[in-house]
Amino acid sequence: MALTGSRVRRSMAVMWRGMRSHPGTYALAVGASGLFGALTVGVSRAVGWATDSVVVPAIAGDAAARDRIWLGGLVLAAVAVTLALSVAGRRIWAGFGYVHIQADHRTALTRQYLRLPVSWHRAHPAGQLLNHTTSDTEAATGVFNPLPFALGVVVMIGVSVVMLLMIDPWLALAALAIIPVTVAVNAVYQRHMSPAVTRAQRLRGDVADVAHESFEAALLVKALGTEDREESRFGGRTQELRAANVRVGIVRSLFDPVIQTLPAVGTLLVLGIGTWRISTGDVAPGDIVTAAYLLTMMTVPVQAFGWVLGELPRALVGYERIAQVVDATGALAYGDARLPRTRGQAGLSVRLDDVGVDVPAISGALGRSITLLDGVDVEVEPGATVAVVGTTGSGKTTLVSLLARLSDPTRGRVLLDGVDARTLADGEIPAQVALVTQSTFIFEDTVRSNVTLADAGAEGAPSDDEVWEALRLARLEETVRDLAGGLDAPLGERGANLSGGQRQRLAIARALVRGPRLLVLDDATSAVDPRVEQEILRGVADRADERAADQADDDRADDDRADGDRAGDGGRDPRPGTTVIMVAYRMSSVALADRVIHVEGGRVVDTGTHDELMARDPGYRALATAYEAETERREKERADEAAAGVLDDELEEVAR
Amino acid sequence: MTAVTDEPDVTDLPEDLLDADGARIQSTSGLGVFATLRRGIEISPEITRGLWVTLGLASLAATGRVVVPLAVQQTIDVGILTEGGPDAGRVALLASLAAGALVLAALCAALVNVRLFRSAEAGLATLRIKAFRHVHDLSTLTQNTERRGALVSRVTNDVDTVSLFVQWGGIMLLVSVLQVLVATGLMLVYSPILTAVVWISFVPMFLVIRYGQKYVNRAYTLVRERVGAMLGAISESVVGAETVRAYGVAERTGRRIGGAVEETRSAQARSQVLVAATFSSGVLISNLVLAVVVVVGSLLGVGGGLTAGQLVAFLFLVQLFTGPVQMATEILNELQNAVAGWRRVIAVIETPVQVAEKPGAVTQRRGPAHVTLRDVRFSYPSGPEVLHGVTLDLPPRTKVAVVGQTGSGKTTIAKLVTRLMDPTSGVVELDGVDLRDLAFASLRERVVLVPQEGFLFDGTVLDNAAYGLRGVSTGPTSETGSTRRDASTGAEAETRSGASTGREAETRAAVEAAFAELGLSDWVADLPDGLETEVGQRGEALSAGERQLVAIARAYLAQPDLLVLDEATSAVDPATEVRIARALDSLTAGRSTITIAHRLSTAEASDLVVVVDQGHVAEVGPHAELAAADGIYSQMHASWMAQTR
Repeated sequence: MALTGSRVRRSMAVMWRGMRSHPGTYALAVGASGLFGALTVGVSRAVGWATDSVVVPAIAGDAAARDRIWLGGLVLAAVAVTLALSVAGRRIWAGFGYVHIQADHRTALTRQYLRLPVSWHRAHPAGQLLNHTTSDTEAATGVFNPLPFALGVVVMIGVSVVMLLMIDPWLALAALAIIPVTVAVNAVYQRHMSPAVTRAQRLRGDVADVAHESFEAALLVKALGTEDREESRFGGRTQELRAANVRVGIVRSLFDPVIQTLPAVGTLLVLGIGTWRISTGDVAPGDIVTAAYLLTMMTVPVQAFGWVLGELPRALVGYERIAQVVDATGALAYGDARLPRTRGQAGLSVRLDDVGVDVPAISGALGRSITLLDGVDVEVEPGATVAVVGTTGSGKTTLVSLLARLSDPTRGRVLLDGVDARTLADGEIPAQVALVTQSTFIFEDTVRSNVTLADAGAEGAPSDDEVWEALRLARLEETVRDLAGGLDAPLGERGANLSGGQRQRLAIARALVRGPRLLVLDDATSAVDPRVEQEILRGVADRADERAADQADDDRADDDRADGDRAGDGGRDPRPGTTVIMVAYRMSSVALADRVIHVEGGRVVDTGTHDELMARDPGYRALATAYEAETERREKERADEAAAGVLDDELEEVAR
Repeated sequence: MTAVTDEPDVTDLPEDLLDADGARIQSTSGLGVFATLRRGIEISPEITRGLWVTLGLASLAATGRVVVPLAVQQTIDVGILTEGGPDAGRVALLASLAAGALVLAALCAALVNVRLFRSAEAGLATLRIKAFRHVHDLSTLTQNTERRGALVSRVTNDVDTVSLFVQWGGIMLLVSVLQVLVATGLMLVYSPILTAVVWISFVPMFLVIRYGQKYVNRAYTLVRERVGAMLGAISESVVGAETVRAYGVAERTGRRIGGAVEETRSAQARSQVLVAATFSSGVLISNLVLAVVVVVGSLLGVGGGLTAGQLVAFLFLVQLFTGPVQMATEILNELQNAVAGWRRVIAVIETPVQVAEKPGAVTQRRGPAHVTLRDVRFSYPSGPEVLHGVTLDLPPRTKVAVVGQTGSGKTTIAKLVTRLMDPTSGVVELDGVDLRDLAFASLRERVVLVPQEGFLFDGTVLDNAAYGLRGVSTGPTSETGSTRRDASTGAEAETRSGASTGREAETRAAVEAAFAELGLSDWVADLPDGLETEVGQRGEALSAGERQLVAIARAYLAQPDLLVLDEATSAVDPATEVRIARALDSLTAGRSTITIAHRLSTAEASDLVVVVDQGHVAEVGPHAELAAADGIYSQMHASWMAQTR
């Protein structure tokens, strides 16, 4: 949607594109405006006719004219009604066009917000994005209010100009002298207005940005008592916006009176030139009256052009700000591959093939990039439960978010059931992979909608039984049953009326209800009691087994194989159920895993069972035994203190 | 002006303007049009600053507008159409007089515009800032009753709606009235009867407008509400971008936003129709008046009361009269739009602050904090009681651990101790003073809460940690993304950096020291850009655990007497958590901490363990004592021990 060329060209393009997108509405609006122009002439003609052939003769005593008085009134009234209708039509359709184009911009913007990747969102403040849909959209469309008016009366202006030319070229020249002046004034205006509006719109975005961020941080602001600081931060931006708006206002304040005065100047010129032309005998006095009259009539239409010109810089700036988002690239591309959906094999196999992730450094040297993950090779067989362990900041989150394709690796491949994730069709991964992130996002909606993330009754939406089952597995069933309204209970924005642990459990239910073939838990139970966490994780594992068994029942051949696997391994491993990959800190959770992947500094340090890693990986051992070591250290410290105390006492005694 | 009604036009306002908990931010205030204007001006007195001068200038500009057509008319009548040919001298004189009036009027108009822009923008900036501040002053519970996106619309878009009217409308309305009066005066000179006819003819129009305005107002109010709701929906999709993608629900989210966009569109379309209807009815009546004047005037003329020349001149004056009347209907519509926006901003400002500072609140001296809870009960608005009479004595210089199951009331205790909420009954005291009697500045200086989800501002790790520093005006305040993105002009930046380099270095040193003391230097060193690492929107470029580390450093730098940690290290790995806990232990000597944690390692290290169970304090005592006793804690601890090894 980007525009190219000179400012004039781009401005024209903004107007043209807007009208072209709603041709019917604009045809009607411009048509009604044209009718209005014609009727404006009509009113004056009707008044003129009434004066000449009714009023004057009637007052002069003409009986026939007296009888026509009521007729004159009726004709004038009829013209008035039509004129009012044309005004209504013009306003209504112009208004419709205006709101339609606004809706178009909003739709285009918000579609793009949903299409662009998470990384793009991290770099674009929410307040700015909101502002694009309000202030920038309004700026981009403001010009469409006077536009149909101006276009509709073009014919009227054209006719007036022709009539002027027919009267006398000199008079026409005098009248049209204001046109180059208007163009010149406008050029100056646009040059001053564009930067001023650009700055104002940007600051508007900044103000929205500060407000949004600050309101998001409301709890923190309270906790630290930084209300004054936030006020001055917002106040600073607001005052900058005020100054920018005043600057815009001053330019506009000077432009508008000039544009409004120009038609009157034209009229005075015509009178002056006209007097000279009469004196030379080239025109009759009546012609001057007609010419002056034509100019008076043109005043409002010419002003309509003034309004269009006045709004243009804002329109261009708003449009270009919107275009930047709509044209933004980086949305993930999808292929058309599909994952096999064999019924017996519930779990998804996962392979990371020499995966690396770099992100561009925001500060520092240009083009420098930072490596978050490097040379990661991981293979997870279907139905396995794997724990990813590492210190805070080691790259665990980056690693697991690749599995749900929240982003793509810079190097290497992510293979799901042997298929490169990048070649999979849109919607394919979310249908089979559920990622529960560290922080849970709750929508302002009912419990049900927050679990299903689908409209009630929509095709493929989970049934209430399935929702309850998911809630049960996430150990949230009782909490929801206690809520007034149960599944229909509304959850406040961001789930404000749930505790942190409850929010996390809701997110787990959200993942489980989808019956994923791969469940990725990114430290998704950090705020949940350890005991409950255990129940949840065991539940997930058990259900995976059940599902596998159920499916196996349905399909004999696979059943045999699955049973064979089970029997062969003499236990739960490897389960053909859901594949689970979880980032975990608690050793009790890690103990539930078949295998542990230890990540440090963006690389896989070691892989194996918990016992294996305990035996050979000192870094892992330090993490796994941190609490124990701390308890021991503390006990030793206390013992030492006690011993020192005893020693002190003894020394004291000795001293005595 | 009769069109302006002073009764509340929005009849379907929710009745519970102050419902039981009184904590909701109302969608719109219940003030009438005049009351809204009065209140609006009261909030932003700048709007009326220098109004009389502006009004004087506006009158001159308006007079100019009436004079010019009259001059043109006169020039034609007495200069050109005179007996014996045009009088060039007279034309020149009249034309230059008119030109002079024109220039003067244009100058006045420009001056008026500039003055109006200045005062309007100053007033609106004040309005924005006051509303913004009030949002922060509201209690957390009240804040949570409105979506953030919709709150943003109140301080941005809703205020913008007011601006158009304040910039042009107010003064134009007065000028139009003035023009109507001037035209009426001139008409009276020609024919008092016809003047009366004109005024009587306009009576139905005043009635139509008066009636129509009510609907226009409602339509605009609906638009404002829908825009707010739309922003709420968009904000969710933006802030929840990760969730939307992880669950592949972009399509449904898009559909819901589409619905909100569509609702906004239909509300806007409706308002456009109503505005068009009122305006064109003004046009209709203006032109019908012309017909009436022609008929009545002719009849009068026939009766000998009027000459044809007088009637023609009168018709010209009628057009001077109807112009401003139509303008006024336009402005009244604009007024309704402004009032709709204004009411929404005023509604925020008038939302009662429930957790407020009392007049004459006490300022305390810094020092070890002694916290007491006496029979504290708490229930959320229209919810069951969650704390049933909690009594606790937490002596100074004590490390307290609060443990218990999810939903037992631990977080509620944290919020009461930090006065994010007030108890339903009972008292929370700090050094013997009821928290409700303490000045907020004093309380927040002494008591700092680290919430579970470490929110970070868009900026660097350094900015965010420095946000905790007291009395430092740099930090995120002026360093967050938005400011830097702005890349203030070279000169400005230079003068600023010169003065603040010293302070910046100081800030940096303090932040570095804090991370070092917390044992987090290694983590900082491993960050892509160290302290300069950008954390992204809401800190999302960092992991949840990393955000918590920054949040702890931030609170640590605030140096409170009492630090309340609500699951503040829940997403941090055990080794780091242990390191932080140990650092806080050694450094908070002389200070108090209240830690809410699931991981019982914290409880082991504390001086006092408080076990909360279903809204009651079940057990209180040192770790060793409780672990040995046969109670809830000993069970919890046993299962914790089992899990860690």
